Amino acid sequence: MNKDQRKELKVSAIENGTVIDHIPAHNLFQVVRILNLEKYESQILIGMNLDSQKYGQKGILKLSNKFFKSDEINKIALVAPTATMIVIRDFQIVEKRNVEIPDEVVKIVKCFNPNCITNHEKIITRFNVIDKADLRLQCHYCEKITAKDNVTFL
Amino acid sequence: MKKRSLVSINDFSKEESIRILDRAMEFEKNPTQKILENFVVATLFFEPSTRTRLSFESAVNRLGGKVIGFTDSASSSVQKGESLKDTIKTVCNYSDLIVMRHPREGSARFASEVASVPIINAGDGANQHPTQCLLDLYSIRKTQGHLDNLHVAFVGDLKYGRTVHSLVIALCNFNTTFHLVSPQELKLPSSVKMHIKEKQLNYHQYTDLSEAVPHADIIYMTRIQKERFSDPIEYEKVKNSYVLSSKMLVTARENMKVLHPLPRVNEISEDVDDMPQAYYFEQALNGVYVRQALLASILGV
Repeated sequence: MNKDQRKELKVSAIENGTVIDHIPAHNLFQVVRILNLEKYESQILIGMNLDSQKYGQKGILKLSNKFFKSDEINKIALVAPTATMIVIRDFQIVEKRNVEIPDEVVKIVKCFNPNCITNHEKIITRFNVIDKADLRLQCHYCEKITAKDNVTFL
Repeated sequence: MKKRSLVSINDFSKEESIRILDRAMEFEKNPTQKILENFVVATLFFEPSTRTRLSFESAVNRLGGKVIGFTDSASSSVQKGESLKDTIKTVCNYSDLIVMRHPREGSARFASEVASVPIINAGDGANQHPTQCLLDLYSIRKTQGHLDNLHVAFVGDLKYGRTVHSLVIALCNFNTTFHLVSPQELKLPSSVKMHIKEKQLNYHQYTDLSEAVPHADIIYMTRIQKERFSDPIEYEKVKNSYVLSSKMLVTARENMKVLHPLPRVNEISEDVDDMPQAYYFEQALNGVYVRQALLASILGV
């Protein structure tokens, strides 16, 4: 990427790290929370309500010197299924892929069942994803199914 | 299954469940065997349940084991704010196996993950009650001679009844035809019907009990619980819809037996008690043999 191209970007380019693009604008801060970025100490560039040809508006995150494992990045598919992950090294794109809903969701979603033990004791929540297309999560503990419309993030 | 927990009926394969039923038959022939003399079983009942607890304690006593525990959370350290994890980890030091009843769904699965001894789920909220399911299977097999290709009618609260859900799922392994009798508000949930469909089995739904009676080898009655209805008028409409009386059994098959997980309130008339089809009190007794078989198998004796 040459210097002129970088100047055209609304959010500065990063030299090394990860860009998460095409995040639905209204879910941007949920993604920040899911990836636990509040505690991240290196540079984070956050772009919100940016123009997107595909989706109208979008959010973007640029994380310097941060590289995720697949299962970490796939968590965000729950709130941002349209997101793409781009790995940057020396200002060059070395990997670009769409996020995928994982088989198991740990720690980030609250069980929909008010009588589930996870809502009453200090227990890390765990769900098996039983329907990726329509997002249905079965609680590992109470076995009840949390549907897409009822997903609440911790 | 030695040292394994039993949290959900899905934890045991069809073959493992049958092995438990076979072993229960042996205990029925010879119920007093001192094979658990060196074992301590903890019964942790965070909410009261007379039949299940007494049935487990009877099973342990008949096998010569020792029982420790509590009968409701008021007499445990839960009152002092102790977490479930701490209670379980502590009791593991004092026992070889824990039988647990808890009002929260998923509590048994969690307990099985933090425990160093096997956990038997004696009911976790509205979720699972696998030992009830096994004793229901035992009762069905004993009365019919087999479990395959039977017509089983489930009557009453099919929406919230955990015993119904577990038994339907277990019977899906035996080519069962299901006759589902309930008010519109209390129909079997689609997630449970999905199991029937996956096995390509047949089910028929009714609102009138008398329509299902002639088809059934087993009639499994359940209580319609008032607290499940948001509108008390709706409850009043259906509360006495399903009262099984001796007159209704005129159309029943000769081999048909009536089961009920108990306690009953008014869904089976007392005039049924002396009929040859009544089997619910024997069903409760079968629970002791099945629990003996489970305890012995899990403790490896």
